[in-house]
Amino acid sequence: MGLETEFEIPVLTTTVESVVQWARRSAIWPVTFGLACCAIEMMAMASSRYDISRFGAEVFRGSPRQSDLMIIAGRLSRKMAPALRRIYDQMPDPKWVISMGACASCGGVFDNYAIVQGSDQVVPIDVYIPGCPPRPESVIYGIVQLQKKIAASKLDQTPKARIA
Amino acid sequence: MSAAAEIIAALAAAVPGAQYEELQSSDSNVTPVILVPVAHLLATAQALRNAPGLEFHAFSDVTAVDFYPQRQPRFDLVYHFVSPHRRARVRVKVRLDLNQAVSSITSVWPGAGWTEREIYDLFGIVFEGHDDLRRLMMPDDWEGYPLRKDYPVQLRKDASTYMPLQVTEEEFRANLERDRLVRPQPPTP
Repeated sequence: MGLETEFEIPVLTTTVESVVQWARRSAIWPVTFGLACCAIEMMAMASSRYDISRFGAEVFRGSPRQSDLMIIAGRLSRKMAPALRRIYDQMPDPKWVISMGACASCGGVFDNYAIVQGSDQVVPIDVYIPGCPPRPESVIYGIVQLQKKIAASKLDQTPKARIA
Repeated sequence: MSAAAEIIAALAAAVPGAQYEELQSSDSNVTPVILVPVAHLLATAQALRNAPGLEFHAFSDVTAVDFYPQRQPRFDLVYHFVSPHRRARVRVKVRLDLNQAVSSITSVWPGAGWTEREIYDLFGIVFEGHDDLRRLMMPDDWEGYPLRKDYPVQLRKDASTYMPLQVTEEEFRANLERDRLVRPQPPTP
């Protein structure tokens, strides 16, 4: 990116890729989708005290067809897994998934037949957030990590470089 | 005469041939506990609901307990009935062995339908005369009955990710056509 000043009007040159990825990462709209107690922290993150709109991700959409991000907030039961997969399949590309909390990431304390031991068996996960439940700050940090990941990706979502 | 003995006396008049037994519990001064033979459960339920002096009009709950491997027969069905106007409660227990069916009480208290489905789902106890005995909590294609004591709790299975569609493609198109007919048509110039 560079500022060209020899013209009558100053011109900013950049690449399509960086502008598009800037737009994508600055308006990550999550789908309204909560599974358990983590969803309470997710709602707190959207409220005025933690205010996720500072990062452009406050618009929880009621339809997966308008969403970019799915936050798996809570334990995923085996009966819910097909429904979660269907919601994920309904989201338009590009789309990202955050696995929020211990239960969504690995089953947590629910080491039993009814809970999927890690939601990455069902959908591809971009960011895992630890905690039981994670505080809203953790979820905001997870979204910022996701923004870094998008910024370090090419237009087709393949990584440009290894993300530290 | 204890409250359970009074109920048993009233039941014995209404259900001939049934042998009832009074059970002790930590709260049997509030809720009398009665053991009912499996074969007489439905007749007992009708008598509890309708016989004068009993009139347990409200069904409260039914649940099950598995005593495997300590006890034979292994299952207890525990029913709770309430008589709101008499301000009385009763707890009815039925002992069941594996693969032993019991008659459904949905013909007496229709509200028992979903709790009986839950017991069928989690314990595998079959209720005869239930008109919609499907699984309630577990997925429809689940194998086994998770609340049995001999069930492998830390079972490892691959998560299913596909749910069959509830309407076929033809039905979906038919619904679209039907909705198009009721939608107001744009005015033709």
